[in-house]
Amino acid sequence: MSIALQRGAATEVTLELHSGQSFEQRQRQARRDLREAVRLWRLCWTLAFLDIRLRYRGSMLGPFWLTLSTGAMVAAMGVLYSELFHISLHEYLPFLTVSLVLWGFISTLFSEACYSYVANDGVIRTIRIPFTLCAARTVLRNLVVLAHNIVIVAAVDLFVRTSPGLAGLLAIPGLALWIIDALAIVIILGALCARFRDIPPIVASVVQMSFFVTPVLWKPQLVTSYQWLLPVNPFYDLLEMIRGPLLGEIPSATAYAAGLGYSLLLCAAAWFLFARVRGRIAFWI
Amino acid sequence: MSAHIEVAGLNLNFPLYHASGRSLKKVVFSTVTGRMGSDAKHRIVVEALRDINFSVRAGERVGLIGPNGAGKTTLLRTLAGIYEPVDGRVTLCGRLNALLDPSLGMNYDLTGRENIMLRGLYSGLDQAAIRQLEEDVSVFAELGEFLDLPVRIYSAGMMVRLGFAMATAIRPQVLLMDEWILAGDAAFWDRALLRLEDMVRGAEILVLSSHNLYVVADWCTRVLWLEQGRVREDGPTEQVLEHYLGHPLRPQQEAKQPVGAAR
Repeated sequence: MSIALQRGAATEVTLELHSGQSFEQRQRQARRDLREAVRLWRLCWTLAFLDIRLRYRGSMLGPFWLTLSTGAMVAAMGVLYSELFHISLHEYLPFLTVSLVLWGFISTLFSEACYSYVANDGVIRTIRIPFTLCAARTVLRNLVVLAHNIVIVAAVDLFVRTSPGLAGLLAIPGLALWIIDALAIVIILGALCARFRDIPPIVASVVQMSFFVTPVLWKPQLVTSYQWLLPVNPFYDLLEMIRGPLLGEIPSATAYAAGLGYSLLLCAAAWFLFARVRGRIAFWI
Repeated sequence: MSAHIEVAGLNLNFPLYHASGRSLKKVVFSTVTGRMGSDAKHRIVVEALRDINFSVRAGERVGLIGPNGAGKTTLLRTLAGIYEPVDGRVTLCGRLNALLDPSLGMNYDLTGRENIMLRGLYSGLDQAAIRQLEEDVSVFAELGEFLDLPVRIYSAGMMVRLGFAMATAIRPQVLLMDEWILAGDAAFWDRALLRLEDMVRGAEILVLSSHNLYVVADWCTRVLWLEQGRVREDGPTEQVLEHYLGHPLRPQQEAKQPVGAAR
């Protein structure tokens, strides 16, 4: 006969749901959602890893296909654009590599964020699962991909015999901020895209446009008269926080201030939206 | 604290987002032209549950009966915390296991073993307990080597066996069951019934939605008869079933003990 898998008596779960909640109560529910997601962190990791493994199941190189394709792109574009911009390859290649790897994370995150709830509709309608867990899964999955691509940055550094030095350590707080912002973006876009199904194409075109107006392929120094406008672009500020250190430069105080300011706004927006609509998401997907 | 369920003044509407209702353009333009109010009023909703009040104490086994679309599954999902009430209050105390859907949120691209692991992690089990769960499920579901193959290639029967084995391996205090769990082929059914009865006996509260009135009569001490999202009648099993059918379920009493009554 079947075995009984009893959890300890201390884990008794109480569910209390009611309507007409004040914003304070909604926030409490949202915090609880977050707490439950943290409690289930092992599930979250496993889901993210299985996502990657599933995507590359049966392929020989697995996720390193991504590394390879990014590497090929960096090599081809590096040669062409250093010629176009009249910059030495030695100087341009590390910049382009870091930029493309980081932008790859941003653009995939935005497009996958749109489906972070919708793609989990089966689970969400079957068991009560914290929504922030679905969001964290999307972020973690993309972090795993980013970790694979970072290999190229190291390879290029070896190739052109350069190293970021101690300034590289500043990339760590930058990355921490990115993770928080990424979670906020997924929480916002996941909910909006569940409600309004025409948002994903809008997001895709905004990200595409940002790719060209943000210094990803071109160096920020190339802008001369409108240099002051660069920090207005949140993508620039956030990009600088990791890219600068990885290239051995310390980002400017303006970039830090603007990046932190934008992140604060983003997180506040995510929190208010999440507290407001969390209970409705199950009806939308 | 013993398990209990408390439902008061519960209303639940389902918004119907048809093609145009989901469009951002519609909402933006109706806001711009000041038609937002009327748009909100004209949003089509299905009134899935209306003014539901009941409470369940530990030891009670509740059957939900009613025609299709009466709101049985929606009520179960609300109790499971999946749908949050538009109006009213739902309180539930106790470790919960909700068997609402045969797929149980399985990912069909993953192997059976991986799905079992995910289920274990969701329930907060540690490594040792997950191995135990895996062992238990694989023995019961008799999947053999299929356990390491993607669920996608399973036959329908294997899929039900896996879902059932997983669903019944974790013992809750409060058990919510939709009737899919009562479906299965005859050979499997005898073993399944034993296991299910074992689990039902272990739970402090059972809420079962079913069209199979014999199962309801055998297992439940109390029946909620739902009709068009409202509670039509709430009372002892025999009485409600008799009103529901218009005649007693079993004219000559066979005096069969309900599963849970032994406690």
